[in-house]
Amino acid sequence: MKFTLAWLKEHLDTTASVAEIADTLTRIGLEVEEVFDPAAALAPFRVAQVLKCEKHPNADKLQVCEVDTGTERLQVVCGAPNARAGLKGVFAPVGSHIPGLDLTLTKAKIRGVESNGMLLSERELELSQEHTGIIELAPDAPIGSPAAAALGLDDAVIEVAVTPNRPDCLGVRGIARDLAAAGLGTLKPDTITPVKGAFANPVPIKLDFDQATANACPLFAGRLISGVKNGPSPAWLRGRLKALGLRPVNALVDITNYISYDRARPLHVYDADKLKGPICAQLFKPIPRIEDHNLTRAEEGDYKAQHIHAVRKDDWIEGQAKFDVTFYDPGELNALDGKTYPLDPDMCVIADDSGVLGLGGVMGGETTGSTDATTNVFIESAYFDPKRTARTGRKLAIQSDARHRFERGVDPDFVVPGLELATAMVLDLCGGSPSEIEIAGVPPKANAPFAFDAGLIKRLSGLDLPTSEIRRLLAALGVELTGNGQVLEAAPPSWRPDISGPADLVEEVVRLVGVDQVPSTPMPRSSGVARPALTEAQKRQRLVRRVLASRGLVEAVTWSFIPPDQAKLFGGGAPELTLSNPISTELAAMRPSLLPGLVTAAQRNRDRGLPDGALFELGQAYRGSRAEDQLVAAAGVRFGHSALAGSGRDWSGEAPAADVFAAKADAVAALAALGLDQASLMVSREAPAWFHPGRSGALKLGPKLTLGVFGELHPQVLGKLGADAPLAVFELYLDAIPPSKRKTVTKAALDASDLQPLRRDFAFLLDAGVAAADVVRAAQGADRALITQVGVFDVFTGKGVPEGKKSLAIEVTLQPREKTLTDSEIDAVAAKIVAAVAKATGGELRT
Amino acid sequence: MTPPETPVSERPASETPAFDTTPLDLDGLESELLHAIDTASDLDKIEEVRVGAFGRKGRIPALMQEVGALPPDARKSFGQAVNRLKDRVGEALEAKQQALAGAALAEKLAQERADVTLPVRLGPLAEGRIHPVSQVTDEITEIFADMGFAIAEGPDIETDFNNFTALNIPPEHPARQDHDTFYFPEGADGARPVLRTHTSPVQIRTMLARKPPLRIIAPGRVYRSDSDQTHTPMFHQVEGLVIDEETHLGHLKWVLEEFLKAFFGVERVKMRYRASHFPFTEPSMEVDIGYAKVGDEIRIGEGDRWLEILGCGMVHPNVLKNVGLDPERYQGFAFGLGIDRIAMLKYGMPDLRAFFSADLRWLKHYGFAPLAVPTLAGGLSS
Repeated sequence: MKFTLAWLKEHLDTTASVAEIADTLTRIGLEVEEVFDPAAALAPFRVAQVLKCEKHPNADKLQVCEVDTGTERLQVVCGAPNARAGLKGVFAPVGSHIPGLDLTLTKAKIRGVESNGMLLSERELELSQEHTGIIELAPDAPIGSPAAAALGLDDAVIEVAVTPNRPDCLGVRGIARDLAAAGLGTLKPDTITPVKGAFANPVPIKLDFDQATANACPLFAGRLISGVKNGPSPAWLRGRLKALGLRPVNALVDITNYISYDRARPLHVYDADKLKGPICAQLFKPIPRIEDHNLTRAEEGDYKAQHIHAVRKDDWIEGQAKFDVTFYDPGELNALDGKTYPLDPDMCVIADDSGVLGLGGVMGGETTGSTDATTNVFIESAYFDPKRTARTGRKLAIQSDARHRFERGVDPDFVVPGLELATAMVLDLCGGSPSEIEIAGVPPKANAPFAFDAGLIKRLSGLDLPTSEIRRLLAALGVELTGNGQVLEAAPPSWRPDISGPADLVEEVVRLVGVDQVPSTPMPRSSGVARPALTEAQKRQRLVRRVLASRGLVEAVTWSFIPPDQAKLFGGGAPELTLSNPISTELAAMRPSLLPGLVTAAQRNRDRGLPDGALFELGQAYRGSRAEDQLVAAAGVRFGHSALAGSGRDWSGEAPAADVFAAKADAVAALAALGLDQASLMVSREAPAWFHPGRSGALKLGPKLTLGVFGELHPQVLGKLGADAPLAVFELYLDAIPPSKRKTVTKAALDASDLQPLRRDFAFLLDAGVAAADVVRAAQGADRALITQVGVFDVFTGKGVPEGKKSLAIEVTLQPREKTLTDSEIDAVAAKIVAAVAKATGGELRT
Repeated sequence: MTPPETPVSERPASETPAFDTTPLDLDGLESELLHAIDTASDLDKIEEVRVGAFGRKGRIPALMQEVGALPPDARKSFGQAVNRLKDRVGEALEAKQQALAGAALAEKLAQERADVTLPVRLGPLAEGRIHPVSQVTDEITEIFADMGFAIAEGPDIETDFNNFTALNIPPEHPARQDHDTFYFPEGADGARPVLRTHTSPVQIRTMLARKPPLRIIAPGRVYRSDSDQTHTPMFHQVEGLVIDEETHLGHLKWVLEEFLKAFFGVERVKMRYRASHFPFTEPSMEVDIGYAKVGDEIRIGEGDRWLEILGCGMVHPNVLKNVGLDPERYQGFAFGLGIDRIAMLKYGMPDLRAFFSADLRWLKHYGFAPLAVPTLAGGLSS
């Protein structure tokens, strides 16, 4: 919303400076976005008068003028045909910068004659494209005074951001009222007086709605003014509109725009000679054309999306596969902006016998608009429902001043006064004779009065104000307060649809007084030592984040939405998890996994010349739109040569290439930090399809509960992501980890024997496919009392090991409990281990 | 190093053998052995000398066998002389052996010289980083935890009800347009899920799940379909909510002031409250923070520039009603703050978009050490 200082002062008696006004507006919730002072740009230029004008001795088209600048008399060479003695123009002295020429004037000789400055055209001042002659100022413009004032361009333009709850401030008077309430002046009394009609309104007005939709346009007032003379509006009005960035059209249209900005009251003017029959507000009534279409339910959605006028004839019955569709012939409106818009039965339109004239509250039609030739004008002042106006405007993507105001809620009690104001202005600027006003419908009711306990202000804001002050502030805003004492009856003004309850009045008082005045009040803390603010799940996330970082991985934050083809590679990309309005197709699908984002990020780093590294991320992965289907995952990627000890080359040896075991180590370490030791985890080969089938695995807790996956990616997936090997990844589903069952923080007593543990090595010859974990588990189970640890210290295939076999060597730790073990006891345990491994895996002891 | 020696000429007079006339020339033997010791060049040679002198068939055991052949009166003094010889030769041998061993070790060590200027790998703690958003979230959490706030969470994909309607933004409300919302296709219930446009739906989830008094903050990702130098379609907010029977605007001001002072580590912050409008709070305010720009550095609490950093207000009675709380009884405040934005302010990152580009150079430069955990006891800032 823009306005000028002079315009504001028509409604507000104030001596405040522009800066004070701007500061106050920002403080009370009308945030000033810009203050533009056109006079600043025109400061060097002054009013000057041509005293004498003679033909240039050496040039036919030039004249030599003597110019009075108010301080001196100067000789100026001028090429304008309208330069003549007595003319008052805009003078640019030597040294000034001419914006339209991008030139700084110097004293010069033009065809041998000295010239000391310049008389300017509008184009040279960048006021317009006009360049047929120099500017001619009014004869009474004081010589030597600033040109800005003489041009009517000394009025500061203030732009404020009006929040959606304040439709009243989309008019200058509303802003003036707020400033007056904030103590920056006095609101001037309103001067609208009704204009008596000279004859009956010849254009009948009808509201054609059923009861359910009557609120679309509950009130429509209009009147005809005959015999007007339309044409350009006067300079002051055009200047006002231009200052706001509006294009003056003609006097009748300019008046409606002026009132829209002055009073937040949109109006429409019709060329009455182009109207046929009564003017009617109604919902758009398309002509039905019934076609039977056998559509499945799935097809119906697509069909509706393509044909907004398709309405199903019968109700959908679940399970019924086919049904009929009724079409409507679409309507169209050629609107004032020169575009054609499709209409639908949800839209409120203004129509006459010839068809649709305009979209109520949004935009008028081209055919009945007023032109310079208009002599009989019909003025519409109506109230359109905010919601329907918003829907229509959004559907058609029309941004108009009318829509902007109607969808926020115009003052229902100003419908008729607005029409009277327009009448007075039309008569003033265009002449003519007004009809009586015809009113169809009744204004919608403003918000009902409510009880207001003035003590609520202190309760909600902590601001201690006397009731008299509260009453004064609210009265200044137009809130009628009745009753005495603490509990009052408050009736909100018709122009404030946002005020409907006591809290709204607290807001008004607080913003006018200023939140700065609210005393800062310490909040009592709970006594004692604070309890943890984090939930168990949140603690896990924090811990995993630090554990992964301390393993050398670098935390990244990547987009939650990824390209749909990448989502599909990782089991995602379902339509219900794909955005309807993505910012680009590359950011359309909610990620089913953090891995695609990390892997492509890894590749981008490679492409930037960083061959080795490790990234991780914690965040949601999306399996569905329900809260429980949005899982917190922790995922990591190692690429190039990256390991715990470091990445890349080093004189001590290059870091190993990222592989399945690097990824497993990261995943297992993170789970270990959460209290899940490696022994309690099951490692299975059930990694999803996007992994390398042989070099990947899943970490599970029991057969059904998967905590995470790790490994190298499938080469085809890597290829589709455009990423290079070596690269290994892991992903942990933190939400899948069951809560800790530990009930006490006390640790179990340490069981440390005084007896030396013994270690024995066993090498088994196994089928190549036998899992190491099975060997370890079998060995562990051979004697649970004695065997405390089983480690794998060698895996070997090759020379000496038959094809299809492998050698796997384990070290078994035996912990005697009561006495040292005898040789025969040790031999017995060893035999049990060999037997257990043989039974579980078919492996034989290598000898 | 020279091995200690005792030259024969310096032998004390008292140790002079009792008889020189013995056919066995002890002095000659001693000087011969000492010479051999003296000239032995390595440990093998000295071992040869030792075996020749003390070995089973060595010269000294041979001497001892001759003792028996001597007249009884000479045996004692001869025996003593041999023992003295044995001691002296033994000592010399020992000394020489040590000297040679020392020299050999020194030579070996001299060859074991490492180039200690070679760089070492710093290891994972030096390589890993915490993203600034996580670090700053931890800092914020620490401050609010101390003020008795718990941390709440909610999903990124939200229902229209939680993101809008319950927050007093009904369908058709103009405020919906300001939110640049990302939508999903209509679900089975006819409603369109959204990517939450703010963390405020966590207010709704919290109030539906628990009864007052409530003090929570809710950090997380939020989404707006907006993208330019200062806007990214995804960013981070932290929501604050206090609901009880007496918390008012003055408490909100205090909490925000204390938070900002602690977060920026300054004694004083300049704050400016501007009345504003949010459908879910009333009264509503936007808060600017005062700062000075010195070169590229932003100094909070100095200067006369203002930067908008958060929106806040008292929870709207309609929001309380929407979650089944009686607005006559319960009241409280809510605020929302951009995490990325205050991270940029505090730590000086110039471009929001870089937060989400996963550029290792950026992450290593602006990221935080793995163990730099912000705590109140140890300090919040890294």
